[in-house]
Amino acid sequence: MVDIIDVLLTHGPALIIAVPLFGAFLTPLISRLNDKARNIFVIAVMGLTEFIVLLLAYDIFTTNGVHTYTFGSKQPLLTLPSGYLVPVRIIFEIDGLSIFMGIIAVTLALVASIYSWSFMRKEDGLDKYYTLLLLLTTGMLGMVSTGDMFNFFVFLEITSIASAALVAFRVNKGESQEAAFKYIVLSSIGALFVLFAVAILYGQYDALNIATLANRIRYTFLDKVALVLLVASLGMKAGIVPMHMWLPDAYGEAPASVTIAIVAATQASLYALIRMCFTLYGGITSVATIGWILIILAMASIFIGVTMALLQSDFKRMIAYAAVAEIGYMVLGIGVGLALLFSRTPYSVKAIQGGIFHIINDALDVGLLFLVAGAVFYATKERLLDRLGGLARNMRYSTIFFIIGALAVAGMPPMNGFASKLLIYESTYQVSPILAVVAILASILLLAVMVKIFHSAFMGPPLVKAADVPKTMLIAMAILAALIIFFGLFPNIVVENMVKPAADALINQATYISQVLGGV
Amino acid sequence: MIYNIPFIAVVLLILVGLATVIFKKNLIKIVIGITIIESGVNLFLITLGYRENSVAPIYTFAPSTKMVLPVPQALALTSIVIGVAVMALMLSIGVRIYRSYKTLDVRKMRRLRE
Repeated sequence: MVDIIDVLLTHGPALIIAVPLFGAFLTPLISRLNDKARNIFVIAVMGLTEFIVLLLAYDIFTTNGVHTYTFGSKQPLLTLPSGYLVPVRIIFEIDGLSIFMGIIAVTLALVASIYSWSFMRKEDGLDKYYTLLLLLTTGMLGMVSTGDMFNFFVFLEITSIASAALVAFRVNKGESQEAAFKYIVLSSIGALFVLFAVAILYGQYDALNIATLANRIRYTFLDKVALVLLVASLGMKAGIVPMHMWLPDAYGEAPASVTIAIVAATQASLYALIRMCFTLYGGITSVATIGWILIILAMASIFIGVTMALLQSDFKRMIAYAAVAEIGYMVLGIGVGLALLFSRTPYSVKAIQGGIFHIINDALDVGLLFLVAGAVFYATKERLLDRLGGLARNMRYSTIFFIIGALAVAGMPPMNGFASKLLIYESTYQVSPILAVVAILASILLLAVMVKIFHSAFMGPPLVKAADVPKTMLIAMAILAALIIFFGLFPNIVVENMVKPAADALINQATYISQVLGGV
Repeated sequence: MIYNIPFIAVVLLILVGLATVIFKKNLIKIVIGITIIESGVNLFLITLGYRENSVAPIYTFAPSTKMVLPVPQALALTSIVIGVAVMALMLSIGVRIYRSYKTLDVRKMRRLRE
């Protein structure tokens, strides 16, 4: 038994990619048998991936270690085989932050696959749907765990292709095709600029490994160009204002189960942005400028997100704009942390912890709200808030889940959103009280958005016939709601055991480098 | 100067591609623009590995050991393969858009703008 766990831990970094990838290509075969077998198979594959990720996470969080895996080498744990001075193979490097993002990605994907059981039942072409969902999971896990720049580009493209195809899944609707086209155009341009930046770095330093690059980087003019390209394109993929235009369309038009997987993909891009700023360029003082730029963009995201959300009349688009504002909060925390990285003040670390904690909270809250929106659509076939009403009478459980998600997004205390937003407010207040005031005001406006949805969709006279949704959808929502309440009631457990190691992994650039290059 | 010509070409290709994506109103032309950007990036990768008077990096019967760098070529090859997949996806979405909107003009695809 111990042997199996050892093997799983040793080969974990490879397995979290291999299991969903292998599952993805087995899915069409299994769906030849029957639909139920396929659904069970997909959920089992997701569950196995989740298990391996959690196992790795337990090991990394308790020992505060870094897992590396060298592909194609006889000893996968050896990053530098005898005689090599630089890592030549593709190396996966999983530290606290990577596995933190990995947990988010695989949990949301698992919930999406459970939710899809009933939600997607009436669609056809489901074998392709599940294959793409598994490929999306592979891409996200690859993005967060790779330690190689070009490999990162490949996983970025896998994620974009799979998610664009999933946004376009309802092929008979023009709107979803329009949203998917926008998404694929923006993400492929973004990915090409990432590749351009990778090529600039490779041309100067003759390395693709992030740790090696971070060790050799000298911050020339070309490096600044590469940094701008990376921040702009990854920021675009993360949906930071002013590059958020694709996000409400893609979130709004995709089926709800796909939306929450794309929420995770967006956050994987945000992870990459953070990783590049902190680890690759973290040794240079002028990275603080990027921090200030991120703060400004974050404030714009928060402000535009909430104001646009108030104007919407479509259930899912409204939540999508609220998601833009939530991305603003994460970037605000990270930006403050980056701007103050070299002053080593205690609240810069706190800001980073708040930003990172908010990533997982946003994934759960916004994910739950999208699932409720999907449930409402499933029950009523209606998305416009004007035509909805009185759903609380018949959709009792969904209403409860909506209240939990809405309070969490608005940052109300006992929910998890409050815990992370408080960390962000506290730390931004130290930088400038105005930032904190605007952030708090925007949070109140978010509550207004949620009240508007709640009032027009769930209260009032029943305008549409509706019955509560099937069990699997309720189970999927219940998982997220339970996690929200747990994170809200015991934020200290989560912060101490998950967020702190993740933030430490981000700040300690030297650990990341020495893990590959061996004590440089 | 002469060695800088490929890099100038790279920048020009990327700018032309970006301009095409931004200013053209036809979906197919937008896809072409992205392909032009991709060619620019691939040319950049290949140029990075180039050495004057060198041979392909195959050691068997090599006339000299002065070889071009193989890594950028592998990267470019991967990037081309990914580019084909992205282009196929974009064009097939374009076909679907044409079926439901009966046009390829992006100015007329405004159902999501409200």
